[in-house]
Amino acid sequence: MLTTQLLYGLAACFIVALGLRTALLHASLLHRVIAINVMGAGVFMLLIAVAYRGPGQQPDPLPHALVLTGIVVAVSATALALALARRLAAEHDDD
Amino acid sequence: MNSTSLLVFDVLLLVSILSLAWASLATRDARNSVILFMAFGLVLAVAWSRLMAPDVALAEAAIGSGLSGALLLAAVYRSRGQQPAAQQQSTGEHNTSAATVAARWAVTLLSAAVAGVLAWALLHASGSAPHDTLPLAIAANLDASGVSNPVTAVLLNFRAYDTLLELAVLLTAVLGIFALGPAAAGYRPAGPVFAGLTRWLVPLLILAAGYLLWAGAHAPGGAFQAGATLAAAGVVLRLAGRQHIGLPAGGTLRVLIAAGAGVFLTVGLVLFMTGRPFLGYPTAWAGTLILLIESAAMLAIAATLVLAFVGGRPQAAGTPAHTAGAKPVPGNPGKE
Repeated sequence: MLTTQLLYGLAACFIVALGLRTALLHASLLHRVIAINVMGAGVFMLLIAVAYRGPGQQPDPLPHALVLTGIVVAVSATALALALARRLAAEHDDD
Repeated sequence: MNSTSLLVFDVLLLVSILSLAWASLATRDARNSVILFMAFGLVLAVAWSRLMAPDVALAEAAIGSGLSGALLLAAVYRSRGQQPAAQQQSTGEHNTSAATVAARWAVTLLSAAVAGVLAWALLHASGSAPHDTLPLAIAANLDASGVSNPVTAVLLNFRAYDTLLELAVLLTAVLGIFALGPAAAGYRPAGPVFAGLTRWLVPLLILAAGYLLWAGAHAPGGAFQAGATLAAAGVVLRLAGRQHIGLPAGGTLRVLIAAGAGVFLTVGLVLFMTGRPFLGYPTAWAGTLILLIESAAMLAIAATLVLAFVGGRPQAAGTPAHTAGAKPVPGNPGKE
């Protein structure tokens, strides 16, 4: 395995753990949404590191397509989560 | 660049990525946290171009950092009007009873274990030679795909089914947002400087979106990046205090947000009825069909992302704008 793949891959594992820990522990919904996005970024980095084939080589396009899909799904999930959080806060206000 | 300086660059890049992720999650103030997250996304985009993934870098900068950041900042702005709930939430992690400390350690260990399993899988995969059968298959069939950018070929031809379902996910998300209540009131009208900037920025963004859509066939770009750029034009208009932000009203809007999945599905079904596999384009028509699907997808993605930023179904003209701070319509919030 290339050093670059290893370097980015291990950093990706750390980012996933960091995001997962905050998503589970933080009380604020907004921070949790950010944490899940950070965790997703870690997964994307793992996939792109695996797709890398070294300088001058064509990388594997399949993980790139998966990550593109993932980014769009992540933003729609974020938007829905924020809308849910907003409604939740509005319901609390009414009490 | 030689390999040592490239290694130094990699290490510096990863240190900034990890520090920004850490700082974003450790910051208590929601607004600072969001801004650090946006910076994290932008540095990630640099990393994606370093790893030779320019399509992903464009999408990360436009969607992962830009639009997610705009959505999160809008959420922070709205929650300012609901201080009691926000304060109650932000004091949550200060609890230091023995059970809480134990739970926190358990979660930390669990997260470390997940990272360990991922790292093990990565190292395990490194033991075997890379099985490049799929990239080879993609390269071998690229001529028949109708486009020359391999990522677009995977997204819109070889794995078109995944992209169809992805557009369905977007549609589901926007329907969920519609169900949760009406849109928030618009922002106050822009000052002269921002209004002047808007007049330049919006046409440029629309032009850039059109270019990205067209370029996606042979170069980095495509419907997602184009849709996000088009959505950015809507976000700018919204920030400048425009009520209508270029979106049609009523039935036309519904057609627009369903257009991405709808056109995709129609193309698939028409092909299926003419005896071809579902979404199995004839080689001669592949380029045209991909451009058709991508154009519809771009419009639907842009409309969806702008509606997500606005936070709900735009109010009909003549409805009195209620107070800023996202208080729902009095009486029966969003349950019509």
